[in-house]
Amino acid sequence: MGDLLILFINSVFIGNILLAYFLGMCSFIAVSKNVEIATGLGFAVIFVLTVTSPVNWIIYHGLLAPGALAWAGFPDLDLSFLKFITFIAVIAAIVQAVEMVIDKYSPLLYATLGVFLPLIAVNCAILGTSLFMVERHYTFIESIVFGAGSGTGWMLAIVSMAAIRKKTRYADVPKGLEGFGITMIIAGLMAMTFMMFSGITL
Amino acid sequence: MSEEKTNYREIVTRGIWKENPVAYQVLGICSALAVTVKMSTSIVMGIALTTVTAFSSLIISSLRKKIPSNIRIIVELAIISSLVIITDQILKAFFYDISKQLSIFVGLIITNCIVLGRAEAFALANKPLASFFDGIGNGLGYSLVLVTVAFLRELLGSGKFLGFNIIPQFIFDAGYQNMGLMVLAPGAFFIIGLLVWLKNSLPGISKPGTYK
Repeated sequence: MGDLLILFINSVFIGNILLAYFLGMCSFIAVSKNVEIATGLGFAVIFVLTVTSPVNWIIYHGLLAPGALAWAGFPDLDLSFLKFITFIAVIAAIVQAVEMVIDKYSPLLYATLGVFLPLIAVNCAILGTSLFMVERHYTFIESIVFGAGSGTGWMLAIVSMAAIRKKTRYADVPKGLEGFGITMIIAGLMAMTFMMFSGITL
Repeated sequence: MSEEKTNYREIVTRGIWKENPVAYQVLGICSALAVTVKMSTSIVMGIALTTVTAFSSLIISSLRKKIPSNIRIIVELAIISSLVIITDQILKAFFYDISKQLSIFVGLIITNCIVLGRAEAFALANKPLASFFDGIGNGLGYSLVLVTVAFLRELLGSGKFLGFNIIPQFIFDAGYQNMGLMVLAPGAFFIIGLLVWLKNSLPGISKPGTYK
């Protein structure tokens, strides 16, 4: 249990998927103009990550990993090179399914999250988390915790960024630096503050 | 014939400079930041992305009349991921060390917005050969940013160029130190931000792009 908690804290703060591994930058820059929208997208990302990461774990270890098809009579078969195309298909399918379920059962939630769900399918944080999960040899339970932790870290980063950008509207930024430039520099400063956590050993 | 040639050259240069995907359209920054600690990884990443973009644009453009428009995203993703798998296997076979260092970022070319963005914005509306050159142009534009950022980060962060020490010893003796920050994540953010500032302030480029 303690190990899982450490993994969670690690993936939220120390190995923040956005500020330490730069995943999900595109939507981070594009959607961080408004705190409410950023929060909505953040929750959608947490949800999708917590679902896709274990599902991809099952598919990888059940079908693609070297020797996974031994039960079907192919002990030497290694399909792991197919993981990219499988993962992206799983993610797109899950996002689509989640969208339909939410639309059917919770129109209110759909009104908040609905617009963001298609965006999430091509968010590199989602695919990146699944690929990290394979590369770091997580167990099934760890993959759920890692998915939830990465999502929480991403949300933390995008919501704080949206809040800071709201304040910079009143700031007098040099002309060429407006918009994208200053956003990157703010992200750099945020990454520096998150680096503080890396001194903590759990 | 000569008219068509200039046309292709125009398409390629537009991707590299005038409508540079990273600096103007804010696409594909994820990997632009992550792989730029060293020159060698970013050159390989640039070549990989250029190849994938060029061929995915070529294939998608040749199929553009066959793909039903409501499932086009999934078709495009399937084409792109197949190309990425090929690239990944080639890298693993011939450049194993670099492929290990790039780790998951080769796979993330699939979700790199440049590839899908060019497919959606250009390949679906243009002829195959023009789309191919558009892919090359955008790939090279991306590589240009990548190599510039990597050059600065490697030079300032570890005093090296392509793995060779180029800062002479007497400068270190005089008290010069490598900036450790440049090797870490924040350095990449700062360099990209400052490069965008530089690009926007260069004479001849008056409008700061569509991004606000």
